Amino acid sequence: MSADARTVTGAVWRVGANIDTDALAPGHAMSKGLEVVAQHCLEAIRPDFSSGVRQGDYLVSGPAFGIGSSREQAASALVALGVSAVIAPSFSGLYFRNAFNVGLLLVTCSRAEELVDADQLTLHLAPASGVTLTSARLGELPCAPIPDFLIHRVLVGGLLNELKQRKSRENHG
Amino acid sequence: MRFVKPIWGCSVRVMSHQEKTPQTLAQKLIAKAAGRDSVEVGEIVNCGVDLAMFHDSSGPRRLKPMLEELGASVWDKSRIVLVMDHYVPERGDDAKKIVRIARDWAREQDLPNVYDSQGICHVVLPQKGHLSPGMFCVGGDSHSPTGGAFGAYMFGIGSTEMLGVVVTGEIWVQVPRTIRMLWDGRLQAGVCAKDMMLLMAAQFGMNGGAYQAIEYAGATVTSLGMAERMTLSNMSAELGAQVGLIAPDETTRRWLSQLEKPVDLPPLAQQIWQTDANATTEDHHFDATKLSPMVAAPHSPANGFPVDEFTHEPIQVAYVGACTGAKLEDMQAAASVLRGKVIAPGVELMVAPASLRDLSLAKADGTFATLAQAGAQFLPSSCGACAGYGNAIKGDVNVIATTARNFKGRMGDPASKVFLASPFTVAASALRGYVTDPREVLS
Repeated sequence: MSADARTVTGAVWRVGANIDTDALAPGHAMSKGLEVVAQHCLEAIRPDFSSGVRQGDYLVSGPAFGIGSSREQAASALVALGVSAVIAPSFSGLYFRNAFNVGLLLVTCSRAEELVDADQLTLHLAPASGVTLTSARLGELPCAPIPDFLIHRVLVGGLLNELKQRKSRENHG
Repeated sequence: MRFVKPIWGCSVRVMSHQEKTPQTLAQKLIAKAAGRDSVEVGEIVNCGVDLAMFHDSSGPRRLKPMLEELGASVWDKSRIVLVMDHYVPERGDDAKKIVRIARDWAREQDLPNVYDSQGICHVVLPQKGHLSPGMFCVGGDSHSPTGGAFGAYMFGIGSTEMLGVVVTGEIWVQVPRTIRMLWDGRLQAGVCAKDMMLLMAAQFGMNGGAYQAIEYAGATVTSLGMAERMTLSNMSAELGAQVGLIAPDETTRRWLSQLEKPVDLPPLAQQIWQTDANATTEDHHFDATKLSPMVAAPHSPANGFPVDEFTHEPIQVAYVGACTGAKLEDMQAAASVLRGKVIAPGVELMVAPASLRDLSLAKADGTFATLAQAGAQFLPSSCGACAGYGNAIKGDVNVIATTARNFKGRMGDPASKVFLASPFTVAASALRGYVTDPREVLS
């Protein structure tokens, strides 16, 4: 579980603004495991999403992505489906915290809404240099900086892994 | 002036400072938790947590396996409150399993503060005397800002972040700027805190709070009782704020002192936990006298309009429930509309009291009888239909509810249409069978 740099290329899945956590993790699936929640992810908005999304793809939305509940399954469902990052002009603050804690990268990008379905995106993430996002069609896109401790958190796969590393350092230090 | 971008991407404007700046209530609460004299807007600080609350859905079923995987234990059991409210009463095998995990874990851990099927966490927590001004708290639920009504910095977090708190007793925050909602004037009869919130949500949108601190103030807010203040703080979640604070005052002190387990407020608390007169805030002014009852149309709490825009929209289900809208005072509001009357044929009126304490008080003061005689059915004191857990609403029906959210499918069926309103408006609509201005019925 090292915090090495990461580069991923994938296709864009485009959704609108104000995507809420009930759309990402529907209440009726919440008593089930994460796999079931993931199967129902975005079913009310994009029924083709959970069956069609591929490892490395990107979810791109309008402003205020992730509004609503504190249920972090709304973020971990996307990790389970292999989504490499969500790209939006702004996020719910609560969702923002949850996403990094479960190892999902969120990229605040003012030009996110210029992206369309099936656009190819390449994202490079590194502890020192932060996020670089390049669209095959639009070129490099501006990204808001992310604090180092959150980049590290997402690179190690979330807060649980980070706590494990800390514990093992304490035990061996 | 300098600009600070919150890291979740909403713009923030901040005055430039020199040395120690005057502090908002939010800054004072964070500074105390961070062991500092003062904090500046935009900086990221680590805070010690005074209290961590979670429920059967967000709590043990998620925390227990992670704690075991980590080989870690709870940092301070006395600072943890567990409330079983989402999957109780248990319906079906999944719910039984989730609640059993919570009960078994509470016993294994010998947790001192467990409330099983006593009501909804955000209402039970203060009623059991766990909150007081000056505290820094987290909750495993998005409506945790309810605690802000008591002058506590309280916000919702997810289960993994709760794991971090439970293990370390600490959490980071980016110091927010303060957006002050200043209300002046007297609310009309039949208009209440829920209408204030639906107006603010319509004006600012669901992410308008930009995860900053909202502070509700002004003569209107000061004149509200604690239950109404809790409605304001509760729905700060629907404004996308991290917290929704109200400075503690004599009303807070009296409410806390009258609990079964009274909380004594230190004498200076009311002077300390205020925004400094010259602190930098973004102020918005509202005239309460002009506020009409508000209704939020499907499928967003921010989709609110004055009630007269909905005239004759038919209603099949009226729901008085949830942490937002089923406290004793909410039930009393509904009863004031329905006293001596019977609801329209074909309408189902369901009342799920927010806590057993509120239910027993409603029985004692005649509110329960008034509602039952009007045709209300009473449901268990739990989250229930609000989030499609128990008593989920089925089919293509119009629902008017005192709850906080009407996202598509939220109450259990994507075909249903949920309108959000105050307990006055929900009761008046149940009475007529269509969306109704409660002022027509009350006068």
